[in-house]
Parts: sequence; structure tokens; C-alpha cells
Amino acid sequence: MAFNPTPTQFKALKAVLFMLALLPFLRMAWLTAAGVPVDPVEFLTHGSGDWALYLLCATLAVTPLRRLTGWNWLVRLRRMVGLFTFFYAFMHFMTFLWFDHFFDVAAMWKDVLKRPFITVGFAAFVLLIPLAATSTNGMIKRLGRNWARLHKVIYAIAPLAILHYWWMKAGKHNFEQPIVWGSIVGVLLLLRVWWSLSRPRTEKRVTTASVRS
Amino acid sequence: QKLPATRNPAFSTNEKQTSFDDATHYNNFYEFGTDKADPAANAHTLKTRPWTVQIEGEVKKPQTIDLDRLVKLAPLEERIYRLRCVEGWSMVIPWVGYSLSSLIRQVEPTSNAKYIEFTSLADRSQMPGVKSRVLEWPYVEGLRMDEAMHPLTLLTVGMYGQVLPNQNGAPVRIVVPWKYGFKSAKSIVKIRFLREQPRTAWNGIAPDEYGFYSNVNPNVDHPRWSQATERRIGEGGLFTPKRKTLLFNGYNEVASLYTGMDLKKLY
Repeated sequence: MAFNPTPTQFKALKAVLFMLALLPFLRMAWLTAAGVPVDPVEFLTHGSGDWALYLLCATLAVTPLRRLTGWNWLVRLRRMVGLFTFFYAFMHFMTFLWFDHFFDVAAMWKDVLKRPFITVGFAAFVLLIPLAATSTNGMIKRLGRNWARLHKVIYAIAPLAILHYWWMKAGKHNFEQPIVWGSIVGVLLLLRVWWSLSRPRTEKRVTTASVRS
Repeated sequence: QKLPATRNPAFSTNEKQTSFDDATHYNNFYEFGTDKADPAANAHTLKTRPWTVQIEGEVKKPQTIDLDRLVKLAPLEERIYRLRCVEGWSMVIPWVGYSLSSLIRQVEPTSNAKYIEFTSLADRSQMPGVKSRVLEWPYVEGLRMDEAMHPLTLLTVGMYGQVLPNQNGAPVRIVVPWKYGFKSAKSIVKIRFLREQPRTAWNGIAPDEYGFYSNVNPNVDHPRWSQATERRIGEGGLFTPKRKTLLFNGYNEVASLYTGMDLKKLY
């Protein structure tokens, strides 16, 4: 259980994870450039949205995994996974703005305001921006305690993302995937509720601080 | 398998046809799965022969028609129609068939027949998607009698000069080019003539989103997306602007069927 990678092993691990997280983007870019998808806009929209959600879940899984395995070094991979979440969310949004609306911002706003599933998806994306922007070491230092407070916004983003997915699939009554990913997010968030309720107050302060490491 | 037919230019567009490959690999046919690549991957298990279509309800000559007889019931025509999916994409497809009205006249509906209902095959052993609970099976679609009798409404047995591929609704389907694609029932096993408007698949489970009429209409949005524009499949790529969607998908000759109807309410 007490696996602890050496600095070299950690670096290698991080590099592998980086490539794995980039792979879906490379695949989408390659297939689109090769003209394989029949409807490239749909292909990129769904692909980027799916991967934003998968990586969001991976980010949220770091703390529970760390607690269950005792592998505290996992937390040092979290920033990268979180930034990849933002990367795919950004790609998802850009596909919508560029290839669906051709930068017609007025039409985009009409969609955002008129259609609840887009409203919540847009909100989730906008809320991700400050998290990505404060991911640098400098920002972590500068914000101090507030950094951890700010980054709790992810607990709101995840349900918004699920709601977005749910309502999108509701158009075709196809709830299989939203149920799967909704359950995963549900478990990941409920674990936190459970732990925070069953943990004495003093210990809580210590772990909140260590989250920033 | 080739299926000879004479082109009917009166009912054909000159627009660039969608490639056969795209038209047969990008399909909504939930009986074979909900992904648009599923039908091409799974529909090979569909057995299209022997095949019969049962005709019943408000008709003077209820009967079960064998596919071979059905195909020979009227001269086959090729018609190049625009196809607009409710999801916001479109294609141009050369179909092979004849006006549904030719069949309707032969079975002689009674004066009580106000609607026509099409039932698609729903066989779990041939259609892996039927075990999913996305829709109520079998898939049912319907038209008002005057819509069914309109010469544009095509009883379809082929496309691109060939017998219909399984994933496109073999061996016999309907094509109603001025309505969203889901109104055009595939793999039909039963046609019923009714006094009342039938409960149809999408309209039945989500009436706010899919109307019974479901005429292509750029002025009536789907609750989740605008219907004002569409992406023509195979037309350029990511950077190609979307096309403006036309009322009745550009088939203005059907407008008279709906005079006096508020198409925003009866969408």
C-alpha cells in the first residue's frame, strides 16, 4: 500500500498521464483533419464534452483515492488533471461558439439565456475559469486560505455539468450515460460529506491546509 | 442489389447529393442503437425476407401484402429529396419508390379513415436496440390522411439505385420530405387506417418537444435548440457556415394542407 514514487518515477508518471490526457484531443484533431467524422461539429462537441466530464471526475477522485490508499503524492497530479478538465471544457465551449455559432455572440447569448441546458453548461464553464486562472504556484501563495475556499466551487461545477449532460440527453430520452456519470459524481461528493461529518474539528483544519501542498 | 427506377424530375432537387457512404453510416434508427454509427454496425442482423406488411383498420380491403407484390404495385420512381433531421442536420438522398397514395387507393380506406399509422418491426432477436427503454416499442408514426395522400409522400424501397440498406429502414419505409426525419417510419410491418390521431413514438413520450405534425419549420424552435439553420452533411467541413432551414423543408406545395392552422401551436 505504501507506494511512494521516487522523484524520477513521479516525473515519468506525470509525463505518461499528460500524454494520456492529451490523447483524446490528438485523436479528435487527427480524425477531424482527415475528414472521418460525418458530422465534425457534433463529433467535436460530444468528444470534448465527454472528456471534460471524465477528467472532472478524475480530478474529484484524487482526494478519495488518496484517503483510501494513503498515496498522498496523488495530490501533486491533481493540478494537471484539473487543467486538462478546463482544456476540454474550453474546447467544448469554443466548438459551440465557433463552429456552431460562427462567433455570432448575440446568437450565442440568445441560446445561453433561452435554453436551460446551455445556461447550466455555460455557468459550469464560466465557474471553471477562476479555478484555472488561480492554478499557478504564485496564485496559490497569494490567495492563502482563500485558495482552498475558492476551489470548493468545483463542488458546484460538477452537479451543473451533470445537469447539463442530463438535460442534453433528455432530448432523446437517453439517460444511460448521465445516470452512470451522475452516480460517479454523486459518490465522489457524498464521500466528502461523509468524511467532513465524521471527522473531528481539529483534524479537519490540518487536512484543509494540506490540500494546498 | 440494383433496383431500376425512372427519375421523376418534377419531385427532384438538383442539389448535390449526400454521398452513399455518409447516408448509410450516419443514421438514427434506435432499434439498432442510439449512436448514429450503430445502425450501420448492427443492422446486418435484420432479415428483410420474407417480409409482409399488414394493412388493417378503416379499409374496405384489409390484407397482408407480401414485399414482392408491394414493390411491383406501382412503377418505381427515383426522387431526390432533401432530408432534414430534427437534430439540425440535413442530407440530399435519391430515394426509390412510389407515392404512398398508389397503395392507399388500392386498399380503399373507408370514409372514417382520418389518419394513417405506420408500425415498425420491433424484434429483439434482430434488433439489439429494442431492449433499451429509450422509446416505447414498437416505433409508431402517423400522418393525417391528406398528408399521406400527398404525392410527395413516398413509399420507399430503395436509395441510390439500390435496394434499401438495412440501416436505412429496409425493406420498406416511408419518406415524408417536408417533415423532420423521425416522421418517416422505417422497416414497416403494419399500416393501419384510423378515425383518431394515433399516439406516435416521439410525440407520445415528449409532446413538448416533438409535435404530431413535426413539419420542418425554422420559426418553431425545439426547446433545446434553434431550428433556424442546419448543417448539410458532407458539405465542406467545420468552417462551412450553416444553411438556412426552409419552411416545409422547401416543399412549399404542401402549404395548402395547413391553411388556417397555427403551426406554432400545432408544431
